[in-house]
Amino acid sequence: MNGIHDMGGMDGFGPVDPIETGGVFHASWEGGVMATSRVMGAIGAWNIDQGRYGIEQLPPQLYLTSYYRRWLERFERAIVTYGYADADEIAAGHALRPGKLPPRGKFTLANIDRIGRRGTFTRPANTAARFAIGDRVLARNMHPKGHTRLPRYMRGHVGVVERLHGCQVFPDSAAVGQGENPQWLYTVCFDGRDLWGADADPTLKVSVEAFEPYLDPA
Amino acid sequence: MSSHHHDHDHDHGEASELSETELRVRALQTILVEKGYADPAALDAIVETYETKIGPHIGARIVARAWTDPTFREALLTDASKAAAPFGYQGELGDHLVAVENTPDRHNVVVCTLCSCYPWDVLGLPPVWYKSFAYRSRVVKEPRAVLREFGMALPDQMEIRVWDSTAEVRYLVLPERPEGTEGLSEAQLAELVTRDSMIGTGVPRAPGGDRA
Repeated sequence: MNGIHDMGGMDGFGPVDPIETGGVFHASWEGGVMATSRVMGAIGAWNIDQGRYGIEQLPPQLYLTSYYRRWLERFERAIVTYGYADADEIAAGHALRPGKLPPRGKFTLANIDRIGRRGTFTRPANTAARFAIGDRVLARNMHPKGHTRLPRYMRGHVGVVERLHGCQVFPDSAAVGQGENPQWLYTVCFDGRDLWGADADPTLKVSVEAFEPYLDPA
Repeated sequence: MSSHHHDHDHDHGEASELSETELRVRALQTILVEKGYADPAALDAIVETYETKIGPHIGARIVARAWTDPTFREALLTDASKAAAPFGYQGELGDHLVAVENTPDRHNVVVCTLCSCYPWDVLGLPPVWYKSFAYRSRVVKEPRAVLREFGMALPDQMEIRVWDSTAEVRYLVLPERPEGTEGLSEAQLAELVTRDSMIGTGVPRAPGGDRA
């Protein structure tokens, strides 16, 4: 979806403030939201692509609040969407009926050592890769209404395949419950002037990871 | 409790809004525990893990090793997840970590324009600026202007490579080793490696110098 989340190349957000104050969290509720969100991922309540899609579907005015506020808004919606609580329970602040059995079971202290380790997204390849290192590829001019990881600023531009990452879970499918549908994943590098016009910084190169369905031969 | 510069629209009535937010989060924690999805101690332990155990010190040790051990540097640039795993929390790192090396001709910068993907397992949780709309929107288009806001001025001819993390690949920038560090130990070198230098918005500290 062409949502507010797809920010590459937008103007108007002002300068970056690089000064970081305080600790990892700026209020205790931020840590609370992070932990509850990580738990739901760890027990298999929803996958990472469903989580990202949930944030993208927030009304833009909520998206523009703050990072952990987005997580909170997403969480309250997702826990209902995926059947792990009901809206009346959110409103009551308590469970009103028994929980659902999560695919990977309850999250306990015994699971804590795994929390820092990301899972793998690589899957066996059923087809040969369509592109090779050095191939020129066109990022498709596509505007799906659902979840995608091809940023708008890449679409319609030609880049060069720089690296293959094997077949990986395809977010466009996984986000909407259509399975992992693994696709070849490439690092594709673009010249800054191709993306931003003749006035752009001539020393700029920008790369993305692009799944094969995002690409055509150029 | 001070870094709300990213959130100007909510400065008014902040106290009441925060308490309302706090209540909403507590409600969710209660529901998770009552439904049997999580132990309360496990929720606290996740927060503590990211506050005290997983952070940029992990990445800094990886960089310092790469500066002192050419064989490790090669292995890191070939397969960072595998080579750097012993440095990870509990001796593990997730898959899909890629190290990109700064050279005299090329400077690397990492961003996620679509959300805020970040190499959590080697750098911890991302700083506020990394998640900011200004950084996400601009660094792919005018990186030199953004880097100037971090106090960095790159040579005019230097290539700038921006890595937009759009899938599950995560990037760690391997900065150049500062001059005058020949006699330093690996542990001393790790002290010079800043978080921002591993994202590409900074350079390591000079030996014996103050923080830039």
